Amino acid sequence: MTMHSKYRTGSDRNRGAPVSVLALLGLLAAGAGLAYVSVKRTQPYRGDHRPPDSAPGRTSRQHRYGEYAVIGNTVTINKPRAELYAYWRDFANLGQFMENIEAVEVTGPDSATWRISGPAGSTVTVKTRVVDDRPDEQIAWRSVEGSEIDTEGKVMFRDAPGGRGTIVEAIVAYRPPAGEMGRWIAKLFQKEPRVQGRRDLKRFKMLMETGEVATSKNRKAA
Amino acid sequence: MRALTYHGKHDVRVDTVPDPEIVNPRDAIIEVTSTAICGSDLHLYNGVIPAVMNGDILGHEFMGRVVETGPGSTLKKGQRVVVPFTISCGQCFHCNKQQYSACDNSNPAENQDLTTPLYGRPVSALFGYSHLTGGYPGGQAEYVRVPFSDVGPIVIPEGHDDEKVLFLSDILPTGWMAAENCDIEEGDTVAVWGCGPVGLFAVQSALLMGAHQVIAIDHYPRRLELARQLGAEVIDFTQTHVLEALIEMTGGVGPDAVIDAVGMESHGFAVDNLLDTVKQTVGLGLDRAHVLRECIMACRKGGRVSVPGVYGGFIDKFPLGSFMEKGLQMRTGQTHVQRYSQDLLKRIEADEIDTTFLISHRLPLEEAPTGYANFYSQQNDWTKVVLKPGA
Ligand SMILES: [Zn+2]
Ligand SMILES: [Zn+2]
Repeated sequence: MTMHSKYRTGSDRNRGAPVSVLALLGLLAAGAGLAYVSVKRTQPYRGDHRPPDSAPGRTSRQHRYGEYAVIGNTVTINKPRAELYAYWRDFANLGQFMENIEAVEVTGPDSATWRISGPAGSTVTVKTRVVDDRPDEQIAWRSVEGSEIDTEGKVMFRDAPGGRGTIVEAIVAYRPPAGEMGRWIAKLFQKEPRVQGRRDLKRFKMLMETGEVATSKNRKAA
Repeated sequence: MRALTYHGKHDVRVDTVPDPEIVNPRDAIIEVTSTAICGSDLHLYNGVIPAVMNGDILGHEFMGRVVETGPGSTLKKGQRVVVPFTISCGQCFHCNKQQYSACDNSNPAENQDLTTPLYGRPVSALFGYSHLTGGYPGGQAEYVRVPFSDVGPIVIPEGHDDEKVLFLSDILPTGWMAAENCDIEEGDTVAVWGCGPVGLFAVQSALLMGAHQVIAIDHYPRRLELARQLGAEVIDFTQTHVLEALIEMTGGVGPDAVIDAVGMESHGFAVDNLLDTVKQTVGLGLDRAHVLRECIMACRKGGRVSVPGVYGGFIDKFPLGSFMEKGLQMRTGQTHVQRYSQDLLKRIEADEIDTTFLISHRLPLEEAPTGYANFYSQQNDWTKVVLKPGA
């Protein structure tokens, strides 16, 4: 990977090893075929004196992810894992439920180009590579060269208990660029860091369970 | 088309608005033949429900003919249908458990954010109500877009008048569920606060479910008379000490189950209401809850509290000690309409339930604002208003 340096943190710089944000958060498993190492977590995002609990780190009252904004949400969908995985794995589908995505062009088995709508009709381009793909379980991706935002993301699928379908957990980390675009992205992803991700996952649930995304508009968009 | 729209507190108008279209595959378009004004529309009319926007089309009790269907609809053009006021997908966890009014998928994702801070979890969608519940255009209009039309609408055989079946949309199943939530046993007395349409249907339902005695409480003579005609004992709370009377009318025990069919705008003359009124007026979001407090105080030990009345915010002075020390249970919720549709349609066809007795006024849609004004200000005589689009 060419972007390792962008994912370095203070602690791993000392060790000279590149570490992804999601790995730091304990979210990207070791052995994913990447040059990342999993660092010993020195609780970079928890209060120093707080005993660890079972909740995801992103629900901590202290949000400290360095320069990154992290969005994470969980939803339970009344469909089998395989069906949800397959739909997501075809990245061209993502625009069906992710509000800010204009289109995702699949450029290879593991690569895609995302066009994300920006302010005043502008578009942000992000090129990603799938870095961890486990059928029916999880998909992780990272931005590569030619992207306007540093980002990595991961979606995990696991069986819900009692035959209640699948628990889907999606996590995305961003480091916004400088300038006007950066301010816009910061606004979009940091001011209300959970809103967009939460809504997107709810739309994914609607689409998978009902075949459509609910809207109260009673006319088609002009 | 013409539609009744909201323009602020005590200001509703019939406007010309664009016709609805099929938007999603499971949609159908219904041409409305009859639509009613509901007591909960008065909460909107009084401006006590948040997130109602100027221009919103109101109305959640409606029926009509199918004029257009999306590819995923199971309805056929020309069919007559009654449409439940709750919008339910039929495929989520809750719909599969027949908790239709808890549907995960009907409230648009962006609207779900509105009720999450207020209620902890987002609520599902209703027609013609607040944007908290989806902001779907309502049924007091010539046409309505009905989402998930393969799940909600009840197909009505030809030969039944609109007015006989219209209330399958809300108030009949709401009164029925209110009684069902009382878990009525042989010998039970059920006390019902509020003799509006829901209360009156709760009276009928409780008697059908085998209640030994139903006691209805209100202060409008006409409404009390309707309750009496249905077989209830009645209490006029302006003339009688309600708590004392209920104990004396139940052998010193208290009612086995109590129903709050009034909700957050109770018009009791109690002191606690004054404070609530002040708070509601200044927008602190406290619901006037005198009736609920009285229900809990009146209920016998180990009894059941059923709350079909609408609440939107918070109440204070909740008699939690009485509730806990007497070991009461409370059941509530928006009605799972689709759960009851077929059974209630059969009961209407078998003349077990009288649905038309409470209609006091029939108006063309164009006169809907008059209907609202009178339904609000003359509750004794205006018990239920049915609007006829195109009339
Ligand atoms: Zn209603
Ligand atoms: Zn549902």
